[in-house]
Parts: sequence; structure tokens; C-alpha cells
Amino acid sequence: MGAAETVGGLDASIAKHIEEVVARKVEETLAQLKPKGPPSMTIIATKGTLDWAYPPFILASTGVALGWDVSVFFTFYGLNLLRRDLSTLKVSPLGNPGMPMKMPFGPDWFRHINWNIPNAVQSIVPGFESVATALMKQTIKNKGVADVADLRAVCIEGGVNLIACQMTVDLFGFSHADFIPEVSEYCGATKFLPMAQKADVSLFI
Amino acid sequence: MNFDNELDVRRLACPMPVVKTKKALVGMSPGQVLKVIATDPGSVSDMKAFAEATGHQLLSTETLGEEFVFFLKK
Repeated sequence: MGAAETVGGLDASIAKHIEEVVARKVEETLAQLKPKGPPSMTIIATKGTLDWAYPPFILASTGVALGWDVSVFFTFYGLNLLRRDLSTLKVSPLGNPGMPMKMPFGPDWFRHINWNIPNAVQSIVPGFESVATALMKQTIKNKGVADVADLRAVCIEGGVNLIACQMTVDLFGFSHADFIPEVSEYCGATKFLPMAQKADVSLFI
Repeated sequence: MNFDNELDVRRLACPMPVVKTKKALVGMSPGQVLKVIATDPGSVSDMKAFAEATGHQLLSTETLGEEFVFFLKK
């Protein structure tokens, strides 16, 4: 009998067998560890202005449209997005140089003008914020983007899990009656963070 | 192309074309075809991504002037 081939001190055929068995076992174990079910997403919504209402609601509604499990934790100013009356949402261009300020009416050449109003003027003129909010709402309507209330309704219909931060409710002296009944629970970060850990996608807005 | 249902999402912007498409498909049987008409340019890549993510088949995408016409098979 000639000398058998060795791999790392083991007979070649045994080494090959071990490799195959290990590969199969690793795959089986990984399959067990991998959570079954659809992709999941958690979003932490911390902003309460009209412009920032859009990212969490659009991402959440798109997530459920794709068949994902989506939960949104509304904390700090994000609680504004859970109010019964969303018409109070405002947007401010003050100190917001990223915001395009174009008029949503008039001929095309007029609509293309970006009106860079200095902060000093914005802060002095009374009602500037209300005007900016009205113009933003008109822009949104012109372009066929849904209003926030409709988007939130789409989220609720699609099964997005809406969670409110109880600490923020206490902090600002709100009451549960201020918010929509569809909020599934009022809890804290300790409850929410493990949900975020298990989710495939976790976003902070 | 033959279709069983038509969905008009013209003049609606993201995420409405996909959200309404998902809703329309829920009421349809497997194998049926949904025709979607949109004007949102983003809907072209959105529909493709939606089909891939949900396992429905995007049979075709056509551009007719300012409109995009999609045929999706459940």
C-alpha cells in the first residue's frame, strides 16, 4: 500500500469529508439563525415640521407597499406628526439655506426664480413663516404630492405600527387625547431599541 | 396587451403610484394583469423595484409622451 495523501496531517479523503460536513452544518445553523418573514424597518421620527413630516411617512408607506413590517417611533418634535389636527404643521425657511424658495404660481420663468430672502428679513417680517408654509403647501399640491394627513392615512391603512414616546408626552405636558387613536402604544427607548435591533433597516430622521 | 384592471395614477407623485398599485393588486387573482398609467418620472424605476421586491412580474414599460404605461402580472 503506497503512502496516503495527507492534508494537514489528516488522510485526504477524511479531510474532504470533514470539509463537506462542516459546510453543510454551517449552512443549516445559519438558516436557523436567520429570521423568517418579510424584511422589517424601524424609523425614529424626531422632527415636527411640514417638510420633515414627509420622509418618515413616505418611507413607511413605501415599506409596507413592498410588504415589509414597518414601525415608526415618534419622539420629541416627531410627536407633532401624530396630532389629530395636522393643519398646524409649519415650515420655516429661517436658517434653512437648503430650502428652495420658488413661487408656486405664475408663468414658468417666474416659477424658476429662487428668492433668497436674507434671514434678517425673514425674522423681522411678521407672518413670514405662515406665508412660507402656505407656499410650500401649494408647491406640494401642484406637484401631485399627497398632503401629510393623506400620507399618514395611507400608512395606517397599510399597517404601519405607530409608536409614541411617552417621555416626550410627559416632557411637553401633552395628553394622549391630543393624538390619533391609531397610536399602538406609548413607550420608551428601552422598548423600542430592541425592535430596531431586530429590524433589517433602522432609520433616524 | 390584454389587461384585467386599469389604474390611473397620473399627476400623483411618489409614493402614491406604488402604494396604489399594491392596493389594486390585492384585489386581483394571481395571473391577472394590471395596467398602470403614471406621469411621475420616478415611477419607472419604482415599478421595476416594486415588481422585483414583491415577486409580481413587470411585463412591460412604455413611454407615451408624458405618460408611462406599465403592465404588471400578479
